[in-house]
Amino acid sequence: MKKVSFPYMGTSYIPFERLLKDFGNKVIVPPRPTEETISYGTKYAPEFACYPFKIVLGTYVQVLEAGADTLVSSGGVGPCRAGLYTALQEKILQELGYEFEMITLEPPGRHFRDLLQNIKKLINTRLTLRDYISISRFAWKQLVLLDKVERLSHKTRPLEINKGDSTRAYKKCVEMIAGAEKYVDFKEIERESELLYEAVEKRDYDPLKIGIVGEIYVLMEPFSNLEIEEMLGELGVYVERSMFLSEYTISNAVMDLFHMAGERDAKKMAAPYFKEMCGGHGRESVGNSVIFAKRGFDGIIQLSPFTCIPEIVAKSILPKVCKEHGLGFLTISLDEQTGKEGLRTRLEAFVDLLMAKRKKAGTLTVKSQVAKEMA
Amino acid sequence: MNTNAGIIKIPVEMYYMIAVRGEIEVKIGIPRALAYYAYYPFLTTFFEKLGLEVVVSDETTKEIMDMGIEDTITDACVPIKLFHGHVRNLMDRVDYVLVPRLVSINREATFCPKFLGLPDMLSCSISKFKNMLEVRIDLKKSRFELFMICMRLARKFKKGFFLAYNAYLRALLSFKNYTHQFLQGGIPPLGILGQKKNNPIHLAVVGYPYMLYDPYLSLDLIKKLISMGVYVVTPEMLCERDKKKQASKLKKTLFWTFSNEVIRSAYCLFENRTVDGIIHVTAFGCGPDFIVDKLMEIDAKRYKMPYLNITLDEHTGQEGLNTRLEAFVDMLKIKKAKKEAALA
Ligand code: SF4
Ligand code: SF4
Repeated sequence: MKKVSFPYMGTSYIPFERLLKDFGNKVIVPPRPTEETISYGTKYAPEFACYPFKIVLGTYVQVLEAGADTLVSSGGVGPCRAGLYTALQEKILQELGYEFEMITLEPPGRHFRDLLQNIKKLINTRLTLRDYISISRFAWKQLVLLDKVERLSHKTRPLEINKGDSTRAYKKCVEMIAGAEKYVDFKEIERESELLYEAVEKRDYDPLKIGIVGEIYVLMEPFSNLEIEEMLGELGVYVERSMFLSEYTISNAVMDLFHMAGERDAKKMAAPYFKEMCGGHGRESVGNSVIFAKRGFDGIIQLSPFTCIPEIVAKSILPKVCKEHGLGFLTISLDEQTGKEGLRTRLEAFVDLLMAKRKKAGTLTVKSQVAKEMA
Repeated sequence: MNTNAGIIKIPVEMYYMIAVRGEIEVKIGIPRALAYYAYYPFLTTFFEKLGLEVVVSDETTKEIMDMGIEDTITDACVPIKLFHGHVRNLMDRVDYVLVPRLVSINREATFCPKFLGLPDMLSCSISKFKNMLEVRIDLKKSRFELFMICMRLARKFKKGFFLAYNAYLRALLSFKNYTHQFLQGGIPPLGILGQKKNNPIHLAVVGYPYMLYDPYLSLDLIKKLISMGVYVVTPEMLCERDKKKQASKLKKTLFWTFSNEVIRSAYCLFENRTVDGIIHVTAFGCGPDFIVDKLMEIDAKRYKMPYLNITLDEHTGQEGLNTRLEAFVDMLKIKKAKKEAALA
């Protein structure tokens, strides 16, 4: 039996593990990235590799040590580097003497047949069409639910009275979702999660609202962004991320099949500033910032891995966009040297700045659109 | 009837049009950075033959570099900073500054995301920059796309079809001539017309044209090597067909045209062994290059080809570079002598 493993990104490992198991593989669940992961990553990756590359490489080393012999990851068709990750990682790992098979799942738009072949390699039991349908339905629901409880945690955290309540509730929800056995369980879990969040004691006020945009990996993987959402939440800020896993999956797998690149709304909004699709999520970062502005947010934080090309382009454009829309703007470049304390100080300063701006404008009286959405 | 009134009524634009058609030439500025180094014979010839006055920005100096650094965010790579600097150098003394948005020149690859977003970056980073002439170049669309782009430009400057067609042909010719000079062993952008083939050491210097051929940025690396008695080979000096052959070496074609050029040249040289070593020149913080460099490094080891990486940024010092180059060349000389002794 194949021992399959894959990169770690947020909570995506839960549905992924289940999927691969149902397809008849032995799964080696990647560990949550830690200092150790990074140290492997920085040791074996080139110096200017982007941060996600290093984390993923480190994870591969860890799972190969744990006995995995097949690595699955998603490809991409550029023009940014992510699509070339696997080609280089495979070479580096081979140089280190590991033996394994690398399976890259390219988005279906260009190499549909390759994709099917690669998926076939991963299916190692006999399944009927009904099985396929129920397996994918289960995984999809799991994904959607995971996103939902995360969103709920973002909403509750700034309002909580006892610090840490929402984080605890969130962890519990994730556990429940991961433990689900059958599709019907989800209904119960969904209700229970909502109750859990309702039980958190809340204050009643209109928190500052900050939108987070940036490169997908550092956006989704809390270890790589130093748990910035939690940090901001505890500073009493409502955060919203521009991208969630289920949406990402749709835009990468489904939309690509029909050759519709990227999120269309974001694309339209970015058009006046950013005319060309340039890979990664540079244009989405700009477009989503405009959308956040229209919805009455107070500020934007851009997360970018150090040396990330599309985000560097976005970074040159965003200050102007934010100025035109009256948003505060903070950009954070992440790599193995970014410290948590330094980040907290910068966030605190940013939040103070936004607060002062709000007071000056006297907008506290007008409830913004998001506030209405949240109520 | 009052004839005078009729004359006064000619709109201002008309005067402008007459002026454009007549003596006053439009001045078009071309920044000496990025794609300029790869395609300048085409650009300059085309606009000159079209009857415009072409102004190329000055050669890179510390001042230009500093202006570029001032306008860009710190983690942009040096070539991008330099482009900003060159735009500043030009923008006040010409009517238009040409800023290409290079999307593709063939079907297989595109360009670094920073090339794709270049005009957007510029219009946000340099607030006073109003006379940008943005030209989108996406040649994968059709075989005649380059021609169409040229015609569109000609129309913009109100030039006739035949004049434009002639300019286009001349430009192509001049570009062909330029590539030919490379194949003869010359390096035209550096003013090197030919090199002595019987130099003891042959070295390949691979990297993007705007890194290699900007003497300020590359700290005159190529000329330095030549003065050390080295025959220098650059990617442009290898024949297109040989490079194409190497395409299958990679599991997946890289996404960027210039990077493919570099890596294929390297594979060519690994196989033919026409050089004694390879130097890869790259910019600090360059995105695509971390992949290109690592792939080449791993494979150089497999092919037992001496390999040196040189990373340049705005702070790289001449001294350090010289010592590294000298050490590398000396090492190769000793190696060669040993090999010859063993053979004798
Ligand atoms: S988008 Fe940024 S982080 Fe992702 S591969 Fe490209 S450069 Fe790296
Ligand atoms: S290829 Fe590298 S050096 Fe060239 S623009 Fe892109 S990041 Fe900069």
